[in-house]
Amino acid sequence: MTNKEYESYYVPSQSHWPIVGAVALFMIAFGAANYVTDLSKEQSGYGGYLLLAGIALVVYMLVGWFSDVIKESLSGKYSHQMDNSFRQGMSWFIFSEVMFFAAFFGALLYLRVFSVPWLGGAGNNVSTGAVLWPDFVAQWPLLTTPDGTTTTSMGWFGLPLINTVLLLTSSITAHFAHSALIKNDRKPLKIWLGITIILGVSFMCLQVLEYAHGYSEEMRLFLDSGVYGNTFYLLTGFHGMHVTLGCIMLIVMWFRILKGHFTPENHFAFQAANWYWHFVDVVWVMLFVFVYIL
Amino acid sequence: MTTDVIEQDSHDEHHDDSHEHGKMNGIKRWLYTTNHKDIGTLYLWFAFIMFLTGGALAMVIRAELFQPGLQLVEPDFFNQLTTVHGLVMVFGAIMPAFTGFANWMLPMMLGAPDMALPRMNNWSFWILPFAFAILLGSFFMESGAPNFGWTFYAPLSTTYSNGSTAFFVFAVHIMGISSIMGAINIVVTIMNMRAPGMTYMKMPLFVWTFFITAYLLIAVMPVLAGVVTMLLTDTYFGTSFFDAAGGGDPVLFQHLFWFFGHPEVYIMILPAFGIVSTIIPAFSRKRLFGYSSMVYATSSIALLSFIVWAHHMFTTGMPLFGELFFMYCTMLIAVPTGVKVFNWVATMWRGSLTFETPMLFSIAFVILFTIGGFSGLMLAMTPVDFQYHDTYFVVAHFHYVLVTGSLFSIYAGAYFWLPKWTGHMYNDSLSKWHFWCSLISVNLLFFPMHFLGLAGMPRRIPDYALQFADFNKWVSIGGFAFGLSQLIFLAVVIKCIRGGEKAPAKPWDGAIGLEWTVASPAPYHTFSTPPPQRDIDNADQHEH
Repeated sequence: MTNKEYESYYVPSQSHWPIVGAVALFMIAFGAANYVTDLSKEQSGYGGYLLLAGIALVVYMLVGWFSDVIKESLSGKYSHQMDNSFRQGMSWFIFSEVMFFAAFFGALLYLRVFSVPWLGGAGNNVSTGAVLWPDFVAQWPLLTTPDGTTTTSMGWFGLPLINTVLLLTSSITAHFAHSALIKNDRKPLKIWLGITIILGVSFMCLQVLEYAHGYSEEMRLFLDSGVYGNTFYLLTGFHGMHVTLGCIMLIVMWFRILKGHFTPENHFAFQAANWYWHFVDVVWVMLFVFVYIL
Repeated sequence: MTTDVIEQDSHDEHHDDSHEHGKMNGIKRWLYTTNHKDIGTLYLWFAFIMFLTGGALAMVIRAELFQPGLQLVEPDFFNQLTTVHGLVMVFGAIMPAFTGFANWMLPMMLGAPDMALPRMNNWSFWILPFAFAILLGSFFMESGAPNFGWTFYAPLSTTYSNGSTAFFVFAVHIMGISSIMGAINIVVTIMNMRAPGMTYMKMPLFVWTFFITAYLLIAVMPVLAGVVTMLLTDTYFGTSFFDAAGGGDPVLFQHLFWFFGHPEVYIMILPAFGIVSTIIPAFSRKRLFGYSSMVYATSSIALLSFIVWAHHMFTTGMPLFGELFFMYCTMLIAVPTGVKVFNWVATMWRGSLTFETPMLFSIAFVILFTIGGFSGLMLAMTPVDFQYHDTYFVVAHFHYVLVTGSLFSIYAGAYFWLPKWTGHMYNDSLSKWHFWCSLISVNLLFFPMHFLGLAGMPRRIPDYALQFADFNKWVSIGGFAFGLSQLIFLAVVIKCIRGGEKAPAKPWDGAIGLEWTVASPAPYHTFSTPPPQRDIDNADQHEH
């Protein structure tokens, strides 16, 4: 396509994957809604099964859809412009993820700066504190809530610090893997990417350990232990989900590299997985500072 | 994936629909399509069906409010009606209608072969019917439909929920996924698919407004996803983000919701600006006055929309500094909006005007949207808002901007491009009936609401004091008339699809834009090769 004045843009023909994906999302949403509703009424229903079936269908859809894309890419149908579409699409997707986390960080900030101090009588809320919960003392981490629920706080030293080191290192090794790919050094590429995956999986294992610790009788830090537990588990939980997704992406890339995919010029999927990995790393740094240290 | 043939045809006009890459037959065409025109059509029909659904709910609301007392529905069901009416109109009618316009027109206006990511485009659409099946289906569930208002304030949607919260939350989640993917597609198409020679400042203003809208969507839909997630965990998993007993604050909900909600308001009006800025020059037979200032004004409105959200919350007891900050920032928006209204009027000034139906709707838009803008300014003033808050004045305000604003622009655009979409001219006299009936009835419907609100009638109630009876009767009559008038539009569209006078490639002599260089109806694939530079220069909206 290089001799032509314009590269032609590949417009794919009809595909059944989008409608499969739409049905799958419906099953997930409807299943999850039923499951949660049944849970609250302490009755059992089909919601959970529908949810699991929906997740299975999404996985099936993603495998099918991506293998179509990979086939098209390997058969040289994609132009430079197409590559740009994918790259820009991925960057804006990551930006939307940033905004998703921003909602939770924003909530954390509001709780710490406004709502907890106000409940303790700060600003013009002296009577709120005095009338509603006179014994409540505003503090962060909020270890005793206005209604008297108590908990303990997760320190930053120990597991969280080790996890920070693990993730920061993995971001560097991911970058080394990318540099190796650009130089077409396949062996270091496999090794660095492999190390990245191992670091990511170790992070996840330690995170599970930390949750177990939090839920132990000793710490009693639960999801419903007031706003400290709420923000702790939702922020680290959503981050953990994203790390899991990032790990899966990297593992897929590793197998594709074993199959000989990607060239120094053409490796959008690898690049996208890498970007995503750096993104979850940055989110962790924010988490470490605002959830654990401060 | 059976056929992987790249379109190589150089001339779109000679394109053959039976080509390998052409349409599939029957329902498969719509389920499997990757074609931006098919997907645009799907979005537009879906939006119209949702519009009629939401409208039917509104008819019941107005029937109940026709006279004081409880006649037709229980108060709880009334709450479900107002809630679902709002959600369906915002997320099901207005937003998908604009996405339909984006799909149909952006590739043609940019000289691109299709949207940048065609398969994802189809996925974005097909999520929507399922999302609304869940939302509307909840009417038939044990819990009933959401009854906490379209703004789903905590604790109405948490502690006092009727049990529909989970269905609502997950429906919003997949709706949000659809919107984000749709917006990413629009951004990437505009950044990456412009024909060679079409620089950013040569793009039609229509494209600019959708570009900026798509950015707003990518920035705020994830925040909506976040806030409904907190709602879910508060309702079902014992968190207390919005519950003071655990250290949270119901006002936090409102901050998060309106951080999404205010840009959302502009998501529903900026594309309207783009449509009107295309139509007014065409029927004034002039170029758009102040193209660049329109681009900057649109961007300014979008940026300001991120720092005005708390003007919805003046009565929550924010610190005084907050009240003042959000009041002044909100009033600042009047400046770029004023620039736009000025430019539309200046475009018409000394133009050789004709009043085809798209132009009638556009002129009505300029005047009636401005009324909505002025009532917005009144609401922006903190001390005054203390009186107007949660009254029918607010209802009047946002229906003026959403119905006579967004919806009228959608009608203007639909009439303007129907010849391009269907290949036939619409029935002119029927369309004029549609316009005049809508115009008169919509003002009968919404204008008296201002007075009701100023007199103190609260919104979201099924019954009211006797003093409000007369105005409510007129409002209801206007409502029924407006509802019926929309059926005329349905008739016009169906007639237009089935036949009518054949439309030339460019039915409007004053129109400019690449979409008019292709045949009517537009061939299934357009601009498989980029248009010539001459056509791009001719489509430039700048004054010469």
